[in-house]
Amino acid sequence: MVNKTAYQRVQGARRKDKISIAALIDGLTTDFFEQHGDRLEADDHALVGGIGLLKKRPITVVGIQKGRDTDENIDRHFGSPTPEGYRKALRLMKQAEKFRRPILALVNTPGAWPDVESEYHGQGSAVAQCIIQGMQLKVPYITIIVGEGGSGGALALACGDRVFMFEDSIYSVLSPEGYASIMWKDSAKVQQAAEELGLTPESLLKDGIINKIIHEYQPGDDLSDLRNFIDDQFTELSSLPVNELVDQRQRRFQNF
Amino acid sequence: MLQSRFKMPSHDELVKRMDAIPDHVLRECPICHYKFLSMRAGRNNTCPKCGYGFRMLAKRRVKTTFDKFTELDRDLTVPDRYTDEKYRAKIAKAKKVTGINESVLTGTALLDKHAVAVGVMDPFWIMGSLGSATGEKITRLFELATRKQLPVIMFTASGGARMQEGLNSLMQMAKVSSAVAAHSKAGLLYIVVLCDPTTGGVTASFAMDGDITLAEPHALIGFAGRRVIEQTIMQRPPKDFQSAETVMKHGFIDQIVNRADMKETLAKLLLLHTRENGNG
Ligand SMILES: [Zn+2]
Repeated sequence: MVNKTAYQRVQGARRKDKISIAALIDGLTTDFFEQHGDRLEADDHALVGGIGLLKKRPITVVGIQKGRDTDENIDRHFGSPTPEGYRKALRLMKQAEKFRRPILALVNTPGAWPDVESEYHGQGSAVAQCIIQGMQLKVPYITIIVGEGGSGGALALACGDRVFMFEDSIYSVLSPEGYASIMWKDSAKVQQAAEELGLTPESLLKDGIINKIIHEYQPGDDLSDLRNFIDDQFTELSSLPVNELVDQRQRRFQNF
Repeated sequence: MLQSRFKMPSHDELVKRMDAIPDHVLRECPICHYKFLSMRAGRNNTCPKCGYGFRMLAKRRVKTTFDKFTELDRDLTVPDRYTDEKYRAKIAKAKKVTGINESVLTGTALLDKHAVAVGVMDPFWIMGSLGSATGEKITRLFELATRKQLPVIMFTASGGARMQEGLNSLMQMAKVSSAVAAHSKAGLLYIVVLCDPTTGGVTASFAMDGDITLAEPHALIGFAGRRVIEQTIMQRPPKDFQSAETVMKHGFIDQIVNRADMKETLAKLLLLHTRENGNG
């Protein structure tokens, strides 16, 4: 793994040519069936999800996806889910539990969508439900932070058994720009902010917040190794009795 | 005198004709108004332009979607206690047109080698309305599926509760729902395919209870009918406010699937829910 400054990681996480969640799903699974809607009021395009086979094992995938161009970014509001998106994710995760499918969450989001409508529709509540219910799911649940892991909007899909990060990714309580402007009223101090936030995979691995750093995959790369890695995780976690799995997960978060 | 014999049919008459089993040479799509030669609708009976799936007899649907269909409760029909003459006439006509004894056809079948329990509502059977025997058949289907650990695939098409059977019809919504819940608690898969039209009491019960919800393109899906809304609160709904596409946008449908792709999609979903695939 190349040594980079925290801010270089931030830039890497936000790279335009970052492998998309759709490409990861496509490369990792076969027979993918995309599911839509929260069964309440909308279908949020920032939040993608569905069922697919990972090496013959049915799994549920939920992911937060940024757009690749302006039109798509508007449609997906720059990869920031609305409450409806989080409710769709939770719906799919609960369904995974019903059918005893493991869950793979793929995260690339600057954070939950911060608009008035989302507040009215209960953004906080939607994220909260993902967290509290996610932690109790009776199936293996792992997360890969692919690019940006922005705050509560990322944690909503990272309350499972194991969390992994790509080399060029970040996981942070708020953006370095936000931190800089709050701390020093100077958003130009992003580099320093990035350092202080400790948002790099290296630093988070040291703190035990994540389990492993996964090397970066580019669009078009063969994903066999990643597929095998995820499959091994599921095999390992599936061998645990359900109550032990859930207990272990609770303990993991109680350590912080 | 002579002129009256050639009078334009009333709007209601035209609607009735649309609902009759179409065997005209020239047809018009009720959605995009494209006119085309009947034969171009093909084996799947769809609009060549917009993909709308014309209303389909339950028997035909079963034939084009499933293999080795074994019918259940074939003789279950409207109870004798309903003696109203007009209702009886409608029942007789419905049986004749559709070849089945109630508004739903139920059974077990194979789809791409997967054993499934199947329910198909017939829009030509008094508008696929939910009568007490309809509810009974669907309830029994779910009970059988729970016992035999089978997934259920339900094609809905219904004008809603059957007013001729009063509150007994309404109670079917609750009765079927409890059978659906037991099936779900057993960890079994329930796939709904919303067909044109799915409305009223069917929408407000088992049509919205699926683990996976599919719909046919442009199918009308809703609870309160357009006229009810217009006449009750004097609001004019937008043209497509109850189209499958609109309903999907509002979060209630997983995917809209063309009739030509339906079988393949269902097979994929069954594959994704096969236990032998080694679940976690
Ligand atoms: Zn058409």
